[in-house]
Amino acid sequence: MKLSRIPQQVIPLTIIFALAIVALVAARQMLVPESFGKYGHYRADAVEEVASHDISYAGIQVCNDCHDDIVEVKQESYHRGLSCEVCHGPANNHAEAPDEYTPGAPRGRGYCPLCHGYNPSRPVGFPQILPKMHNPGKACMTCHNPHAPTLPHAPEECSACHREIASTKMVSHHTTVDCRTCHTVPKDHWSDPRAVHAEKPTDRSTCGQCHATGADSPKIIPRIDIETHGGRYLCWDCHYPHHPEATL
Amino acid sequence: MKQDKPCIPRREFLQTSAKKIPGLVVAAAALSTGKTLLAEENSEYNPEDHNYAMGVDIHKCIGCGRCADACKKENKVPLEPEFFRTWVERYVIPVEGEARVDSPNGGIDGFPEIKEKDEILRSFFVPKLCNHCDNAPCVQVCPVGATFKSRDGVVLVDESYCVGCRYCIQACPYGARYLHPTKHVADKCTFCYHRITKGMLPACVEVCPTHTRVFGEEGHRSSPLMRFLRFKDVNVLKAGLNTKPKVYYAGANGEVR
Ligand code: HEC
Ligand code: HEC
Ligand code: HEC
Ligand code: HEC
Ligand code: HEC
Ligand code: HEC
Ligand code: HEC
Ligand code: HEC
Repeated sequence: MKLSRIPQQVIPLTIIFALAIVALVAARQMLVPESFGKYGHYRADAVEEVASHDISYAGIQVCNDCHDDIVEVKQESYHRGLSCEVCHGPANNHAEAPDEYTPGAPRGRGYCPLCHGYNPSRPVGFPQILPKMHNPGKACMTCHNPHAPTLPHAPEECSACHREIASTKMVSHHTTVDCRTCHTVPKDHWSDPRAVHAEKPTDRSTCGQCHATGADSPKIIPRIDIETHGGRYLCWDCHYPHHPEATL
Repeated sequence: MKQDKPCIPRREFLQTSAKKIPGLVVAAAALSTGKTLLAEENSEYNPEDHNYAMGVDIHKCIGCGRCADACKKENKVPLEPEFFRTWVERYVIPVEGEARVDSPNGGIDGFPEIKEKDEILRSFFVPKLCNHCDNAPCVQVCPVGATFKSRDGVVLVDESYCVGCRYCIQACPYGARYLHPTKHVADKCTFCYHRITKGMLPACVEVCPTHTRVFGEEGHRSSPLMRFLRFKDVNVLKAGLNTKPKVYYAGANGEVR
């Protein structure tokens, strides 16, 4: 094929097209970042950039290098699951230059209740207190070591260990009925609950002292015939004693 | 069988082309292995060996909000209460009617008393974060390739490439993304990519007091996450959307979305 055979108007067009393609390729070269598409439809260098951000939280292993005494005490305590920095705040700068930066400590009464303040949405059994009622006016540290918060003495409130039952009863018709009305509790049950057992009611008379027709108890308490009501079953086969209901 | 017919030419085609260009195939293979060998020599961290994921045990969460607090401090997330990479939600389930969810300042300052007129059946806390979906809608919609799944299974945002169009924020069914108010780019949880690639835990996992959050890797039998998955009944959020999330929730029933 001779060059002269090509229609004349095509030649400038070809040149224009060629220039446009060159311009496009050049623009693409300039606009698309170098590492784009290396591993996928993204800029591979971005991964490095994200990975190179500064660290603020050093992690408990680092604290262990210099504060092994405290770490050791804490690992044996109720607070074993807690990171140092959850209370002291991010402390990487302190770990790298202890003389220049000192982390603070939450000494006020406001901080511990973030975890220990009573909140009904918390899981059952998590130790909680009502900050307004629990030894107000004193810093928590006067009685509890934040690194090993063993209780100063065994709690005597039944609710400290039987929280679910206590809070169920609290909102029930039996809210005014003390635990000891139905349970005889030896004193050592508090310090050694598994060896020293509390007693559970065994017969109808426990309930009868309030609910029997002739019982000597406040008038508002509903009465039943203690001999016939419920047939041969125990009362707590039908009514949960910590939350009794009189509907089917 | 009708389907057999078109199959034969395709197989023939593949066979002949394989015969004709074996040299090319060998060359390409050599080139690619050469590349990965180089990468391994240069750094001891190999992303291909990892597939990060997280477990969250709702029964253990006490709603202290320390995770959300640590996340903001670690990742310099703006302190205003509309920007979070992770946050804690409180679910309140009434005896009748819809579940109600609130998250005042992400739970960082604690939760106010429940003010519910109706009788409450139960209530609990749910920590939320980016689910690092294997089939991430945010990655699919990004027009410029500024958000992507890294080779170690983490969805990341390329800050210097993002144009701030907000498509990904719209597309995320979990509300895990926000537009950074000063950088004007999309931002979200990276599983603390700068920490995990150095063998550290994400900040939220480091400070969690009750082991609600468990971090680890899928496919590594000794990883704490695999133990979590083996022993717990886990769910993912909005499984019906087929996003294949990699944050596994224990104790989340249908109410948690
Ligand atoms: C390189 C050693 C080193 C490491 C690592 C280190 N510390 Fe310290 N830390 C010190 C020294 C030294 C002091 C005493 C400084 C002073 O009294 O001014 C101190 C003091 C403290 C204090 C007390 C500050 C006060 O108000 O009295 C706290 C709290 C503390 N460190 C927390 C931490 C935590 C949390 C970590 C882990 C992230 C950590 N440290 C890691 C050396 C270290
Ligand atoms: C539950 C919150 C909490 C945790 C967890 C915690 N601390 Fe503390 N820490 C405190 C408080 C509160 C004080 C201040 C005590 C005081 O003033 O009596 C303190 C004081 C200190 C001090 C200075 C006084 C001292 O006892 O020597 C050091 C050092 C310290 N903490 C290190 C650590 C390290 C290391 C860890 C992790 C192993 C840790 N803390 C974990 C709350 C905590
Ligand atoms: C980040 C959450 C968190 C913070 C902050 C915190 N704790 Fe704790 N605390 C825990 C956990 C978790 C336990 C262990 C609970 C368990 O064993 O079920 C615990 C246990 C305790 C116990 C033992 C209760 C029992 O079971 O008998 C006491 C007392 C206690 N903490 C006091 C404090 C005090 C005082 C502070 C403030 C200095 C504090 N805590 C701060 C999480 C926290
Ligand atoms: C005057 C001393 C004192 C102060 C101050 C004090 N506590 Fe206590 N705390 C106790 C004693 C004693 C018990 C155990 C028995 C009881 O419940 O009375 C206890 C029990 C607890 C328990 C366990 C409750 C349970 O049911 O298992 C927690 C949690 C607790 N305290 C946290 C705190 C916090 C948080 C503060 C600060 C806001 C604080 N305490 C201040 C003396 C104190
Ligand atoms: C220090 C914690 C603690 C305190 C305080 C406590 N208990 Fe208990 N209680 C236990 C434990 C633990 C058990 C379970 C014992 C077992 O299973 O062997 C138990 C068991 C019981 C039982 C069941 C016994 C059975 O045979 O099934 C009753 C009833 C009981 N407690 C009543 C009470 C009452 C009432 C109080 C308050 C006066 C109280 N307890 C205070 C820890 C405590
Ligand atoms: C109205 C009487 C009554 C009162 C008040 C009462 N209980 Fe009971 N409790 C019972 C009876 C009856 C049983 C036995 C139930 C059974 O065997 O099914 C029981 C069983 C228990 C048990 C054994 C575990 C269980 O749930 O079966 C515990 C623990 C217990 N009570 C603790 C308490 C505590 C703590 C309080 C106070 C907050 C309390 N009870 C108040 C009647 C009562
Ligand atoms: C110390 C007294 C006392 C004892 C013992 C007692 N109760 Fe009650 N009971 C009450 C009171 C007070 C009410 C609530 C009355 C009211 O305000 O309506 C009540 C209410 C009830 C109701 C009615 C709840 C309703 O829905 O109206 C039932 C059922 C009941 N008790 C069952 C029992 C059983 C079963 C026992 C034995 C395990 C028992 N009670 C032991 C005092 C007692
Ligand atoms: C077989 C199941 C059963 C047993 C066992 C049973 N109850 Fe009931 N109880 C009921 C039912 C059902 C009602 C409500 C309907 C009714 O009033 O008969 C009720 C009602 C009550 C009421 C409320 C009555 C009123 O007027 O509101 C009291 C109080 C009560 N029971 C106490 C007891 C006591 C105490 C015992 C043990 C002696 C007991 N129950 C055993 C089924 C039972």
